[in-house]
Amino acid sequence: MAEREQIKKPSPRENEQVAEEAPAGSESGEKLKAELDDLLDEIDDVLETNAEDFVKSYIQKGGQ
Amino acid sequence: MAIPKVVGVETELGIMVRGTNEWNPVSASSLLINAYVGSETGTLDDRTSPVAWDFIDETPGADARDYMAPEFAMPPEVETHLVNAVLTNGARYYVDHAHPEISTPECRDALSAVLYDRAAELIAVDSMERAAEVLPEGQEIVLYKDNSDRKGNAYGCHENFLLDRAVPFGQIVTAATAHFVTRQIFTGAGKVGSELPGMGADKIPYQLTQRAEHFEEEVGLETTLKRPIVNTRDEPHADSQLYRRLHVIVGDANMSQVATFMKVGTSSIIFAMLEDGAFDRMHALGEPVVAMHQVSHDLSLAKPLRMDDHTTATALEIQADILEQAESWAARFGLESVGGDTVGRMILDRWRTILEGLERDPASVADQVDWLAKKRLLDGFRERHDCDWGDPRLRALDLQYHDLRPGKSLASRAGLETLVDDADAHVAKHEPPSDTRAYFRGKCLQKFSANVVAANWDSIVFDVGDDPLRRVPMLEPTRGTLEHVGTLLDESPTVVELLEKLGA
Repeated sequence: MAEREQIKKPSPRENEQVAEEAPAGSESGEKLKAELDDLLDEIDDVLETNAEDFVKSYIQKGGQ
Repeated sequence: MAIPKVVGVETELGIMVRGTNEWNPVSASSLLINAYVGSETGTLDDRTSPVAWDFIDETPGADARDYMAPEFAMPPEVETHLVNAVLTNGARYYVDHAHPEISTPECRDALSAVLYDRAAELIAVDSMERAAEVLPEGQEIVLYKDNSDRKGNAYGCHENFLLDRAVPFGQIVTAATAHFVTRQIFTGAGKVGSELPGMGADKIPYQLTQRAEHFEEEVGLETTLKRPIVNTRDEPHADSQLYRRLHVIVGDANMSQVATFMKVGTSSIIFAMLEDGAFDRMHALGEPVVAMHQVSHDLSLAKPLRMDDHTTATALEIQADILEQAESWAARFGLESVGGDTVGRMILDRWRTILEGLERDPASVADQVDWLAKKRLLDGFRERHDCDWGDPRLRALDLQYHDLRPGKSLASRAGLETLVDDADAHVAKHEPPSDTRAYFRGKCLQKFSANVVAANWDSIVFDVGDDPLRRVPMLEPTRGTLEHVGTLLDESPTVVELLEKLGA
């Protein structure tokens, strides 16, 4: 999907190229990926357990 | 010449009570706010005085288009019977319809607005904690800083800007519409799915904004149904000969401080440019409401919008041209109106960085733009758990991004850049800005709370014992600052002396 491509981290191949030209960029790419993995671990921990009921019960009437 | 762009942000929060099915949002909101204000000294609330917020100047039915609202239109109602408190930082904290709402004090620039918006989040966190102390065991009030329940019900995050009344309203409509529709590319808070009829997850899996789909009109007075892109509520809360207050209802509530900064900052510049007559080119959209939805639905940021002159342009192109004109305006007129060189330059530079980032690689601004920060989490989650867009866990993640509980908030874990220190925001829960009339309001509440019987945006009513109540008007939003009244307040040990010195 196009929109998914946009958000994807650089592929390993691109990373290598970046690494040759600008090591700092690659490091930050790797760091971002590691951060996202940690973040997803954390999300798995804190995400509401019964997602379906939670989403269904979220009703907010009477707003501007 | 452009006048100071005094600004405030009002945020209606989503509310849920966990641990019971027997609750209603009005009582829960009241309990929440009472739990907070009851523990704050100096705060003016319904329980310590018969009148807290003073409704005398509230006329939300007044229409900026200079004619009466048509009969079928629904002017917003002012609810005077619900909890309504004024805080010592100059903010208003109240129950609006069925939501808790916090209005920041008047701020002099976009960065100050970010500080007080963050302070409002921290007030919400304190409120949840204090409510937990009075709720039965196992129950909890949870607040969400979002704008939609994803079931067709929306609630607002409104910005308010001080404008020179001399600017013709028609010009405001054209410039504001183009900006409000296209700024969504960096102000959107992101939403899984669509609330439009017949639009399933297959058609619109994810979109830029929470609010866009809830707008049906171009210009109008309503805020709760048939919402208009440009709201015409004409209630200046200031000298109505000189000023209008543009009540902006199109925005999403942002978790990203950069997004709040850009939402407020770029709009301040647009309005200052109008006052300076600095637009060489206006971007009149052909179908603003269609464009509003289209921008929100277009994750590629590439689809052209139809302009009034039958040409087309993308939101990015329109934003880039507005920025170019804004740079010329800044060079010619200076940045004093939007808070001075430092903040003004920060807005313009960040505007360029974000537009260039969105053009080149949107993921590069995922630490600044909410819809991209959220999308990064959603995409990561989808990949890890191999789920499609209809999965309820993605909808839960979408909601929980906006959860204000520190232990549950996903936005606070999403790597968003911050612009203000939390230490300063904690101070701002209690201390007003020093550079608007909010200073006078907040300081009077801190120092003379026993004598203040009512306050609103443009006046304070004092009780000085046997004499009649004394109303001190504050019709000029840029007066009543530390510079103006700091010494006066310091040298007035009692409210009687203060009023004498003021000549009130």
